Amino acid sequence: MDIFLQQIINGLVQGSIYALVALGYTMVYGIMGLINFAHGEVVMIGTLVTISVAGFLIKAGMPVIFAGLAGLTVSVLVCMALGWGLERVAYRPLRNAPRLTPLITAIGMSIVLQNVAMIIWGRNYLTFPPLLPSVAFEFGGAHFTAVQVIIVLVSALTMGGLLFLVYRTKLGMAMRATSQNPAVASLMGVNINRVIAAAFIIGSALGALAGIMVGTYYEIAHYQMGFMLGLKAFTAAVLGGIGNLAGAMLGGILLGLIEALGAGYIGDLTGGFLGSHYQDIFAFLVLIVVLMFKPSGLFGEKTGDRA
Amino acid sequence: MRGRAMAELLLQANNVAKHFGGVQALRDVSLSIRSGEIYGLIGPNGAGKTTFFNCLTGLYIPDGGGFVFDGQPLLADAPHQAAERGIARTFQNIRLFGNMTALENVMVGRHVRTGAGVLGAILQNAATRAEEAAIKQRAIDLLHYVRIEDRADDLARNLSYGDQRRLEIARALATEPKLLCLDEPAAGMNHTETDELRELIDGIRRDGTTVLLIEHDVKLVMGLCDRVAVLDYGALVIEDVPAVVQKDQRVIEAYLGA
Repeated sequence: MDIFLQQIINGLVQGSIYALVALGYTMVYGIMGLINFAHGEVVMIGTLVTISVAGFLIKAGMPVIFAGLAGLTVSVLVCMALGWGLERVAYRPLRNAPRLTPLITAIGMSIVLQNVAMIIWGRNYLTFPPLLPSVAFEFGGAHFTAVQVIIVLVSALTMGGLLFLVYRTKLGMAMRATSQNPAVASLMGVNINRVIAAAFIIGSALGALAGIMVGTYYEIAHYQMGFMLGLKAFTAAVLGGIGNLAGAMLGGILLGLIEALGAGYIGDLTGGFLGSHYQDIFAFLVLIVVLMFKPSGLFGEKTGDRA
Repeated sequence: MRGRAMAELLLQANNVAKHFGGVQALRDVSLSIRSGEIYGLIGPNGAGKTTFFNCLTGLYIPDGGGFVFDGQPLLADAPHQAAERGIARTFQNIRLFGNMTALENVMVGRHVRTGAGVLGAILQNAATRAEEAAIKQRAIDLLHYVRIEDRADDLARNLSYGDQRRLEIARALATEPKLLCLDEPAAGMNHTETDELRELIDGIRRDGTTVLLIEHDVKLVMGLCDRVAVLDYGALVIEDVPAVVQKDQRVIEAYLGA
């Protein structure tokens, strides 16, 4: 039982991170029908920028908490600028191109960003500075840390904020109108370019937050870390129904739970033949099953709704 | 003197041309709409009426010619600019935001007249909140105006056909247009609904908005419009008061195909 509870906790933490990243995929897809495969790299850059900024400030003698906040701020701003730049440079010129073209561009941008990161930060694993005190709690035989609690809380607050933005503000209304019919939205005075830019900027800010969470949680980072994380978050978005915000959130949490429980029990189930390091297969099993049996995802609408 | 003459002309179309492949949808169409009138645009199916609307509102870029709107040329290559200048439209096949409420549909229409951007939305400062409250109030007023205020919180796609048409008009009015373009607003409406629509359009004009009306219902057009233009095969046949247009031999031929 305590393994079960432990894996639920681990799954919730991992799932909160997937959910934040998945929102970046789903927002962009919902508004312009593009799968931004470079989003995982935005998350990676978010982690690495935090390492550089916070690490430098800590070395310079600044208190850890302020160094962490400065790292967070710089990293979120850098990623917002990066998301905006990606859209402006790589995707906007292809707005009216066949669907495959921007998709391939996205993969290309992902490779470019990985290589830029490799040039700046090198090929080696980097250590993420410990920004939060390592306090541990115990509950019902399961252990969890302050870092885990904070990840889940911050993620929940951020998602609440995003829902408020999309469903209660003028910008959110413009985003929803654009996703339903861009031509008519622009006739109503909605500036489509700005709405699309906003989707990229907001998605990238969420990605930066997720990147910092990954760094704080695993305490390690690498220029290729965005690839697998991005792929799994994309899976989460598909699981929830890509283009649907609540779907991305639920899909992320579910995927985290499936992975954690799978990793926790796979050893017992296969008599020790497969170990917990096989946890990655669960995400892709989920992806295959969803694509086979419910390609529109849990909350997905029929694609005919898009004009 | 010149200023007065300019003020009277709201829209001038000068030799507007548009073709799709080998089909000449509009052949050098020139017409002029005066401030405060209801102007009808009629013609057989495929005559180019909707193409004219699309060119005017920036959905299509004309191949030749252009528009002068409110004394200034219209650079109609981006629809939100046409909206800014004061041109709003409805669609022949209703195009509401189906998954948003009636109220939200109208609120989207307020975008063109309000400022606060991304930063305001995130910071939620007092100015943004006040603006959003004003947008909501104005949208409620407009739903009252077209008499569907009791459907405000229903999703647009769940509204009846007639109410969807009214909602589209309210959404267009939310942009505070000088020129409201209605593309076959009476299509699919019964007698009562058409009569109510006539009252609504007449009221909109009385409240100071010029109306450009594409309509198949010739009776509605002749009864409501101050002046009427007839298009046939993409070319302007005649532009005059209804009494003259009705008797014109070319119009009768165009409609009867004689």
